[in-house]
Amino acid sequence: MADEHKDIDAVTGTATTGHDWDGIRELNTPLPRWWLWTFYITIVWAIGYWVVYPAWPLLTGSTEGVTAWHARSAVVTDLAELKTQRGPMMDKLSSAALSEIAGSPQLLDFARAQGRVAFADNCAPCHGAGGGGTKGYPNLNDDDWLWGGKLDDIVQTLRFGIRSGHDKARQGNMPPFAGVIKPNEISAVADFARSLSGLPPEKGADLALGKKVFADNCAVCHGPEGKGNRELGSPNLTDKIWLYGSDKATIEQGILNGRGGVMPNWEGRLSEPVIKALAVYVYTFGGGEK
Amino acid sequence: MTALEELAKSAEVHPPRIAAARAAEKAYEAEVGDDGPLYAAPKRIYPQSVRGRFRTIKWIVLAITLGIYYLLPFVRWDRGADAPSQAVLIDFPARRFYFFFIELWPQEIYYLTGLLILAAIGLFLMNALAGRIWCGYLCPQTVWTDLFFAIERFTEGDRREHMKRDGQPWTLEKYARKGAKHFLWLMVAWWTGGAWVLYFADAPTLVKELATGEAPFAAYLWIGILTVSTYTLAGHMREQVCLYMCPWPRIQAALTDEYALNVTYRYDRGEPRCSVKKAEQLRSSGQPAGDCVDCLQCVHVCPTGVDIRGGANLGCIQCGLCIDACDRVMEKLARPTGLIAYDTDLNIQARREGRPMVFKLIRWRTSLYAAIIAIAGGIMIFTLATRDSEGISIIHDRNPMFVRMSDGALRNAYTVRIVNKQLKSREFILSVDGIPSTLIDYVGLPPRADGRQLITVGPDQTKEVRVMVTDYSPTPPAPSTTVLFSLIDIDSGAIAQMRDHFFGP
Ligand code: SF4
Ligand code: SF4
Repeated sequence: MADEHKDIDAVTGTATTGHDWDGIRELNTPLPRWWLWTFYITIVWAIGYWVVYPAWPLLTGSTEGVTAWHARSAVVTDLAELKTQRGPMMDKLSSAALSEIAGSPQLLDFARAQGRVAFADNCAPCHGAGGGGTKGYPNLNDDDWLWGGKLDDIVQTLRFGIRSGHDKARQGNMPPFAGVIKPNEISAVADFARSLSGLPPEKGADLALGKKVFADNCAVCHGPEGKGNRELGSPNLTDKIWLYGSDKATIEQGILNGRGGVMPNWEGRLSEPVIKALAVYVYTFGGGEK
Repeated sequence: MTALEELAKSAEVHPPRIAAARAAEKAYEAEVGDDGPLYAAPKRIYPQSVRGRFRTIKWIVLAITLGIYYLLPFVRWDRGADAPSQAVLIDFPARRFYFFFIELWPQEIYYLTGLLILAAIGLFLMNALAGRIWCGYLCPQTVWTDLFFAIERFTEGDRREHMKRDGQPWTLEKYARKGAKHFLWLMVAWWTGGAWVLYFADAPTLVKELATGEAPFAAYLWIGILTVSTYTLAGHMREQVCLYMCPWPRIQAALTDEYALNVTYRYDRGEPRCSVKKAEQLRSSGQPAGDCVDCLQCVHVCPTGVDIRGGANLGCIQCGLCIDACDRVMEKLARPTGLIAYDTDLNIQARREGRPMVFKLIRWRTSLYAAIIAIAGGIMIFTLATRDSEGISIIHDRNPMFVRMSDGALRNAYTVRIVNKQLKSREFILSVDGIPSTLIDYVGLPPRADGRQLITVGPDQTKEVRVMVTDYSPTPPAPSTTVLFSLIDIDSGAIAQMRDHFFGP
């Protein structure tokens, strides 16, 4: 075998391995020695790495390395840094009045950015990612507000919630009328409620009876003209927006069983500047009232 | 019969190659024996100094390229108060690239693609015309190595002196000379790193900060990295980079063709090699004698240690220095120069057979490369010259898609980003077409005193506005209507437009 190695390729002047495949021979070019050294350097580098960083698993943990670096503590440090960085703006947010925030482009941008995150974390599960709402959970983009759409109204709702059990929560509910008024009256008043917002009445609807039942039972909260009452959170029945739906069956259901959606209170759970940021963010969905 | 002998017997093989192969075979056997080494120490190369046409060209190219590299960051370019006044600047924090009158934003990175295409095809074209012009004259590896060679010759003397001293025991002088060499190398390397970081920040300021130790850590780190890499690559790795690390020799070897001019030993004229005396004897007896006197000058000047007389070689970076060396020898012998020259194997064959030589610089390959360069360059210049300095992009709200207002009107909300690429603050007005009666509301953007709703975008900035479009038309709109947003610069009237949709139930 030894002789084969002496075979020299004429073109390159390099030895071949002696292997021959249909006349193609494999060169046996030695690797430059420095290349070997780069390999040793990578080994040294790895050892340096063990020294500097946590590396070897032990029974209960790992070697710490001189830096004792951890992904978790790095995140904590980063977050703390971010907090300091945002500190001055957060302080401003805490101290500024809501109207000031809405009036200053810089504060408004900051509040909306904070609000967007807080909304996605806390509010989106019920109100939808963009505040679009769904049955029973109000759409925050429109101009119909049960408890008021001014910045102060919104922040109060956010703080204390609705029927949340908090002392200062917004109270008032739609009681169940089952057993209080007769079924034919319920049907009539449902028809009447629909007619308030201009929806076409069903055939044979007794609007006169509905009007009477409404005046006797509903007008207390919803007002004689059905325009609602924000003190009690009773909706305006004359507009085109229906929280639970505008079909007759849904309305009858509401009258029979009552309604009483709950919004939790956020004070104590979210910090003051975040609540303010949320109020401003919701306000800028587009429905905010002046 | 070994393959080598077979080759030797076949008539049209380069005789020099065979000679080289035989020599290598002998050396190999003596050194290694049977099994062959796994690793080999590279041979130390002591390139000799040389004068001549190509050496001069290389000095000039070196001065120009290094001059540009070291001084360009200090060239100023006035862009007004709101923009940096450095002619060439890569501003990472602000995400801008400035090149004299051109300013690029990150989303225009496709110009880099264009540049890469131009660079690649430019290399192909050079290669098709005259081989490794890039390697021989322009490549940073070549240029810095050349500079380091010059420093080496300055401190340690030319080839002979240097080799002689390296073979002698260490003396104070040897220490001093070597020390001086490494010191100068490190200085150049350090300056190389220093110039590098100046492209990423305002050069005069950074120089001051560097001098007073106030520069950001990244600056020192990069200077350190480039100092080490320059010192290592140009001082110690040299031809090893070209032989083992760089992909370009392999690529160019695959791209070359028979008409490309390459540094070529004209063996038709040089062989058989013989001394001056022997040549006279041979000639007087009517036998052929070559012009090559086997003085090895061409090998001694070669920065990669190649013997070009062995034929085309991957190790040859085609710097042309062997041409200069050989020309000097030929001049002394009063023989015509150009025994080594930019030439082709085809011409060697032609001369042997008495046919006329062909130099075909214009052929389909070079024309194609030139055409691609012209087209790519043309497109880049055209798009650069006609690109807009304002832009608009729109995202429709995803949740909710539309909002029903209490009076029954429908509203859609959009997030509009407005781009102002000019170096001055501009005012825009936004309008929407496509649905009959609409109203645009802006969040957090009170109307002016004159009632106009203008959006101000600062110099070289973008601005995001939340925009709500309400449709008051009595008839309900289709589930989806195409709308066209137009952004108009109220001063210049420049328009940027974008289509989106207005959704309904
Ligand atoms: S082989 Fe590579 S590194 Fe060497 S000169 Fe050519 S391009 Fe530069
Ligand atoms: S053989 Fe000649 S052209 Fe090639 S690298 Fe050496 S000196 Fe330069």
